[in-house]
Amino acid sequence: MKIKLNVWRQPSSEASGRFEPHTVENVSQHMSFLEMLDVLNEQLVLEGKDPVAFDHDCREGICGSCGFTINGIAHGPEAGTTVCQLHMRKFKDGDELWLEPWRAAAFPVLRDLIVDRTGFDSIVEAGGYISVRTGSAPDANSIPISKESSDSAFDAAACIGCGACVAACPNASAMLFTSAKASHLGLLPQGQPERWRRTQSMVEVMEEIGFGHCTNHRECEAVCPKEISVDFIARLNRDYIQASLGRGSK
Amino acid sequence: MSRLLSFYKTSIGKKVVMAVTGIALLGFVMGHLLGNLQVYLGPEKLNAYAQLLHDNAGLLWVARIGLLVALILHVHAAVRLTQQRRRCRPVSYQKPGHVQADYASRTMMWSGPLILAFVLYHLAHLTFGTVHHDFEAKDVYHNVVAGFQVPWVAGLYILAMVGLGFHLYHGIWSFFQTLGLNHPRWNALRRYLSIALALGIVVGNVSIPLAVLTGLVS
Repeated sequence: MKIKLNVWRQPSSEASGRFEPHTVENVSQHMSFLEMLDVLNEQLVLEGKDPVAFDHDCREGICGSCGFTINGIAHGPEAGTTVCQLHMRKFKDGDELWLEPWRAAAFPVLRDLIVDRTGFDSIVEAGGYISVRTGSAPDANSIPISKESSDSAFDAAACIGCGACVAACPNASAMLFTSAKASHLGLLPQGQPERWRRTQSMVEVMEEIGFGHCTNHRECEAVCPKEISVDFIARLNRDYIQASLGRGSK
Repeated sequence: MSRLLSFYKTSIGKKVVMAVTGIALLGFVMGHLLGNLQVYLGPEKLNAYAQLLHDNAGLLWVARIGLLVALILHVHAAVRLTQQRRRCRPVSYQKPGHVQADYASRTMMWSGPLILAFVLYHLAHLTFGTVHHDFEAKDVYHNVVAGFQVPWVAGLYILAMVGLGFHLYHGIWSFFQTLGLNHPRWNALRRYLSIALALGIVVGNVSIPLAVLTGLVS
């Protein structure tokens, strides 16, 4: 396969960026998208040029390191997949693709396709934990949890923090990420004592950092590699209303 | 009060205000449609209904002021949230794309101002009569029929109602989502309800200029 690429190149946060055209020949359909970029980078190194910078780690779709937009869609055209698990068989010979970094004020571009996602860490630091000494692991099933709650908490906990939700949202909102992090604790008995304070703190920090608001386009859900539902956003809204105006408010 | 104000400062607070005022405005639109449909019962019924509203001037003004407050809050929240969007996504995608955001959700900031402009025109046309070519203060039925016999005026009303339909389709569903009114058992119903209400309001309102244009109501 032959793939034409227009890759966003930006030397640093301060510098302005532009698309750089490249062609990668002899692409195997079994390659992952990142392996195709590895081939491009080897080519660039041989030509004495700077390789394209992109984040990656596990390449198994579970670490949340990789991600950029392909033709405007975060993680590319296949649903429920990160770019490292997206295979070239999803594309056609001669396809022309535009690769851009996540674009959000809260995710400044560090270099080329790499953005700084420290903002997500700050949201988790604001309340995405349970403040108790855990000691050794408790016996299994010592705390009864309903099947529905544990399933739902697990769905939320599947979030790998890749940032695709922010990238896909027209408002650069981190509501899907924040709601997933708040819900996976808020749905479990261990998360109850700090539920209202957690919700308020996480939402406040999310706004301070400069993430946007939710206008219910549901683009985040569509690109989420873990297919986390916008139902968690409704849950965060409900908890935030209750935390701010009802019980537990400061 | 200070708690409410600091709640409004957050984007979730603004969205909640948007949802609640939106539902108040939807309530008015539905009531207004039921009033409008009396045009099919003939001039006496419709004019008597108009007279009934004016006879209860106190209640009428309470409703008008309530609607005005809801409208101002709705627009204020919309403007502030749009400004926030520009701050949060200062550099847009050179090659934008979307997967499941529908036409209605992507055009809320267009359909909203268009509906507002239409409301102002509609007030000048059928409430104050300033832009009506043949306005009779006490004869609502006549004003409606004479107004819609002008094809471009009828066309404008029909277009505005289609725009309102798109705004409501996204707005009603968003109301449930923003207030966190969701449950696996009822989630699908929220979409059906937004389609049914939006479609009902469009069909009901559009039928009136169409009926006048085709001579069914004269």
